[in-house]
Amino acid sequence: MPAMRPQDILMPVAAGLCCKPGGFHIDPVRPVDRAVITHGHSDHARPGHGAVLATQETLDIMRLRYGDGFAGATQAISYGEEIRLGGVSIKFHPAGHVLGSAQVAVTHGGVRIVASGDYKDVRDPTCTPFEVVPCDVFITEATFGLPVFRHGDAACEVDKLLASVALFPDRAHLVGAYSLGKAQRVIALIREAGYGTPIYLHGAMAKVTQYYQSRGIALGELRPARGMKKADLAGTVTLAPPTAIADLWTRRFPDPVTAFASGWMRLRARARQRGVELPLVISDHADWDGLTRTIAATGAGEIWVTHGQEDALVHWCTTQGLVARPLALVGYGDEDSEEDDAAALGEEGGS
Amino acid sequence: MNRFAELLDRLAYEPGRNNKLRLITAYFRETPDPDRGYALAALTGALSFKHAKPALVRGLIAARADPVLFALSYDYVGDLSETVALMWPSALMREHDGKPPPPTLTDVVTTLRTLGKAELPAQLARWLDELDEIGRWALLKLVTGAMRIGVSARLAKTAAAALGDKDTHDVELIWPGLAPPYLDLFAWLEGRAEKPVNRIPAPFRPVMLAHAIEDADFARLDASDFTAEWKWDGIRVQAVGGCDEHGNDASRLYSRTGEDITSGFPDLLPSLRLQESSEVTLDDSRKPLRTFRHQAFAIDGELLVVREGRVQSFNVLQQRLNRKTVTPRLMKEFPIHLRAYDLLDDGDNDLRELPFDDRRRRLVDFIAALDDPRIDLSPQVPFATWGELAAARADPAAAGTDADAVEGIMLKRRDAPYLPGRPKGLWWKWKRDPHVIDAVLMYAQRGHGKRSSYYSDYTFGVWTEADGNEQLVPVGKAYFGFTDEELLRIDRFVRRNTTESFGPVRHVVHEPDRGLVLEVAFEGLQRSARHRSGVAMRFPRISRLRWDKPPREADRLETLERMLASAAAARSA
Repeated sequence: MPAMRPQDILMPVAAGLCCKPGGFHIDPVRPVDRAVITHGHSDHARPGHGAVLATQETLDIMRLRYGDGFAGATQAISYGEEIRLGGVSIKFHPAGHVLGSAQVAVTHGGVRIVASGDYKDVRDPTCTPFEVVPCDVFITEATFGLPVFRHGDAACEVDKLLASVALFPDRAHLVGAYSLGKAQRVIALIREAGYGTPIYLHGAMAKVTQYYQSRGIALGELRPARGMKKADLAGTVTLAPPTAIADLWTRRFPDPVTAFASGWMRLRARARQRGVELPLVISDHADWDGLTRTIAATGAGEIWVTHGQEDALVHWCTTQGLVARPLALVGYGDEDSEEDDAAALGEEGGS
Repeated sequence: MNRFAELLDRLAYEPGRNNKLRLITAYFRETPDPDRGYALAALTGALSFKHAKPALVRGLIAARADPVLFALSYDYVGDLSETVALMWPSALMREHDGKPPPPTLTDVVTTLRTLGKAELPAQLARWLDELDEIGRWALLKLVTGAMRIGVSARLAKTAAAALGDKDTHDVELIWPGLAPPYLDLFAWLEGRAEKPVNRIPAPFRPVMLAHAIEDADFARLDASDFTAEWKWDGIRVQAVGGCDEHGNDASRLYSRTGEDITSGFPDLLPSLRLQESSEVTLDDSRKPLRTFRHQAFAIDGELLVVREGRVQSFNVLQQRLNRKTVTPRLMKEFPIHLRAYDLLDDGDNDLRELPFDDRRRRLVDFIAALDDPRIDLSPQVPFATWGELAAARADPAAAGTDADAVEGIMLKRRDAPYLPGRPKGLWWKWKRDPHVIDAVLMYAQRGHGKRSSYYSDYTFGVWTEADGNEQLVPVGKAYFGFTDEELLRIDRFVRRNTTESFGPVRHVVHEPDRGLVLEVAFEGLQRSARHRSGVAMRFPRISRLRWDKPPREADRLETLERMLASAAAARSA
């Protein structure tokens, strides 16, 4: 029997990445019968599917956001666990993006394809580290798929924040961060840097942050910013969704210094456009070096590039002698989607 | 260099003037001579070395990066220095591995001064290897002469003055006599030395500026307290005559910020060399000796291009601006002219303390005595009531053949002394109402600098009938006028409604019932053979977004034609 062609196993359709022989879609953007979901960000994890296969954490996060009836049925799968669907083997591996995030390895007829979802290959104290999965076809995101994106060491960025807090004891520091993942990672890094005083939270982040703590992630003492006297917030650090840091909401803080933790902060225009005074280059996506390093490490001969800066990454792959093509998937990682995500959680949490 | 780079980096993000001041002053306090002096020179634009051309920087990165990846990155980032700074392959060696320490600002400035053109690329590459991302960015901004970090020369001087609790005015007065790295200035500011003496024989005087007047202001103002002049659409300059201690001519032309722009206008210079003659009687019986002396004076006025007795538009004047040198051909095609509206010094006296009316009388006499075709007097606009002045402003035909170059009215209090800065209530500018039309967004392009990666350059059009069909014809391009929030919304609209892309240009949907209507304000219209529509706008900007308005209701080309016709009628009347 001739070897299976990769595109017979997984192919992009309107609803997302479809596995015909297995009868499921990965991170579908429209309701489907059977969905395999990589992680809990709202552009990847949507409600209304018949059955959902995901890690326990991803299922819990979906439940937090959408309520109990977010899917007809759910099945939890652990990292390293393998299950079979219609002759296709599915195995989950950590993606290092946010708590519970996974790469999905799909093997059929001797061909292994890894759909990595969103990932990063650098240290994050709040989730299981990324694992390189050898494969024939590697499906990679390209959110920061340009060689200008080099994120550097997140700990240095947190040092920058704490230096500013020390320099302006009369001002509040507001750190914009995506509600799911980034906020908790920033808090954990602040704690690692030795900052022990309470950290304040925007209401939209309370629920998901409590969930992180319930999974055993130590974040120290956290307090709601709501109800605090303005003067008492001088010299403190507060985390808030990106949309809140440019909002009327900030008026409750004394002369706030606006920081924003994001890979986009590498670009001056992005920071200035948002009125950010203290850009912190901290990303939950792999930077250019991370993307290219990972692609090489998987040993895959064929690379499919999904959302982001596909052109540059596809070009780089071809210069390395790899077969590469962009997957025309829509609905992921549109630059604002993670913010919409925060807004969605914000509505639940209130401010 | 890294400390200076850090300063530039912080300044680039800091919106508040006071916080910027604090950052710069703190830098001056912490940084030793001569680094801080070169930093002050960099911030005030006083460094003189041959700037590296962007092509050189492109060449350096081309040798180190894949051209396709560079092109994609540059398109995305929108700023050459930043793209190269981020993409530059960082040498992983650190100091202890034998990597040389990064250059200081003084190293960079002094090396650049003497470096031969051929040595520049290799030197620049060495520095880029030694610096981090921010250092590389600052170095490239510095050597390409494109700092643009939102700090004016005046703000930098204010920050320096604050170091010694001095007034900015005092620094500005001695500034023309100072040179980088300003050791004498810092010594004075830190109380270690006397105030430096301004030995420039033709010094710049800090200019007096006007406030924009609002309708509500007139109720509080008495028309009889004020005089009015046309506001000319040129550039504000200060022409200063004088001679040095050897009696040589030292006349200077300064921009409104005190930048010496003399070298760009050699054709005006002879008119500034006023000579006084006097007779010296010698003790023997020989004939008395006639001696000449260059007379000192300072005129505040507008620089214009005048052809055949007629002031040309600002677009024409622009051909003469920002040039260090000019060709004889440029001088012939764009004859330069000074229109005087104030006299700050007549050689014998500093007149700035006098009321405006007195200065004006002296100016009239001075210009008459000058009798030079290149320098004339800015006429006053007679009026008795605000109503009369409003009528004159609405129809500046009284300005004669120069009506086109009138940008509005300047109001000056008769009793106002000449004060530096923008004192309240003394001078007012009253611009003409802009023209406004509704146009339809047709094409969008990504911006540069702050706007990079956002679609912020918009080509817009109005309706016209062509071959029996209603069509949109492009009439202009606008880059600003909208808020950051509006930019985000337009950007999203562009991304979601692109019908085609041609290279960097996005073709945005523009049909009678689908598309975005932009209210565009502009200062004037001209016939143009270069544009398909036959008209060109001056200073167009987005004044409002009309999400509510269907494109079919946008304006027609005929409306612009009518505006052109009525402007022409006003001219010939």
